[in-house]
Amino acid sequence: MSLQTPIARARGLGSAKSGSEHWIVQRITAVLLLPLTLWFIYFACMLVGADYAAIRAAVGQPWNAALLATFLIIVLYHAQLGLQVVIEDYLHVRWLEITALVAVKFIAFFGSVVVLLALARVALGA
Amino acid sequence: MAQFRLPENSRISGGKHHPAKSGGNIRRFKIYRWEPDSGKNPSTDTFDVDLDSCGPMVLDALIKIKNEVDPTLTFRRSCREGICGSCAMNIDGSNTLACTKAIADVKGEVKIYPLPHMPVVKDLVPDLTHFYAQHASIRPWIRTQSAPPPDSERLQSKEERAKLDGLYECILCACCSTSCPSYWWNGERYLGPAILLQAYRWIIDSRDEATGERLDELEDPFKLYRCHTIMNCTKTCPKGLNPALAIAEIKKLMVARRGL
Repeated sequence: MSLQTPIARARGLGSAKSGSEHWIVQRITAVLLLPLTLWFIYFACMLVGADYAAIRAAVGQPWNAALLATFLIIVLYHAQLGLQVVIEDYLHVRWLEITALVAVKFIAFFGSVVVLLALARVALGA
Repeated sequence: MAQFRLPENSRISGGKHHPAKSGGNIRRFKIYRWEPDSGKNPSTDTFDVDLDSCGPMVLDALIKIKNEVDPTLTFRRSCREGICGSCAMNIDGSNTLACTKAIADVKGEVKIYPLPHMPVVKDLVPDLTHFYAQHASIRPWIRTQSAPPPDSERLQSKEERAKLDGLYECILCACCSTSCPSYWWNGERYLGPAILLQAYRWIIDSRDEATGERLDELEDPFKLYRCHTIMNCTKTCPKGLNPALAIAEIKKLMVARRGL
């Protein structure tokens, strides 16, 4: 039971003074992914049927490696932003919400590290 | 966790059937009923209405049922011409005003429910307390720093006034907000399309001098950014307004006032 006034409930904890940053970055990454995805599809199609050595060589080309790293990191970043919105929308058990948010952000970060290390190995021939 | 069924005490069961006493032009109305004092679950009652002795709108049928069949049927209504917003309810699956919805526009049974996902007071009467409090929370009146001109009103050019078209017509019937899934899941914090349209109405008013503060108050992942452009609001608005566009304009102003 609460004797709080309706207006107090509606005003709640007030504005978080953030939100537009998330919105803008989500849209910028979406726009960047349009050409990058087209490039990635082209790149993947060119390698259909190629053997391991040929693919490794193609991925190791400087421009290809750079574009691939950029594409995959922006994909992970954009996915993480989008999943954050889905979790905030639907998960209303606070500890579950926070756990899911941290898990999604950690997986995206970890995935980015894996992408960079793997591409560095291939491109720099370690 | 996720809840896939209505809570136990909200599930709808059976209901009474009231056949028509006369006439050949019979239309069947299925109406949500809930009596808070009965301790029972809600039900849908069936009323067969003779359209030959009934006005053309859904509200006419509701009033006829209340007058002639069941005086306990409870609903809000006032102006009967779409300007007060009292008779907002879910008719034939979409939120609209009973007074401007023609019975002839509904195919088959006319199903009538209260506005979705609001607490129900009784029958078709939803509890809009939080909705009205959210409206009050945006302080929907002119806020100025300058003193008013001593000898005239605060003036607007024709172009400035034109920016309020499509906004000032909103009657706060709550059809749009209660059709919005984001408002269903996060209505406690998300302001919803009706209130955001009202917020934009003051943001874009050339006479208002608190635009920045108004935007500050909306700079929030929940108050504003739960809008995912679902567009149910625009689709359902009985006044033909476009709350989704007003929200998009607020988001554009949020970008305009900051560096990328």
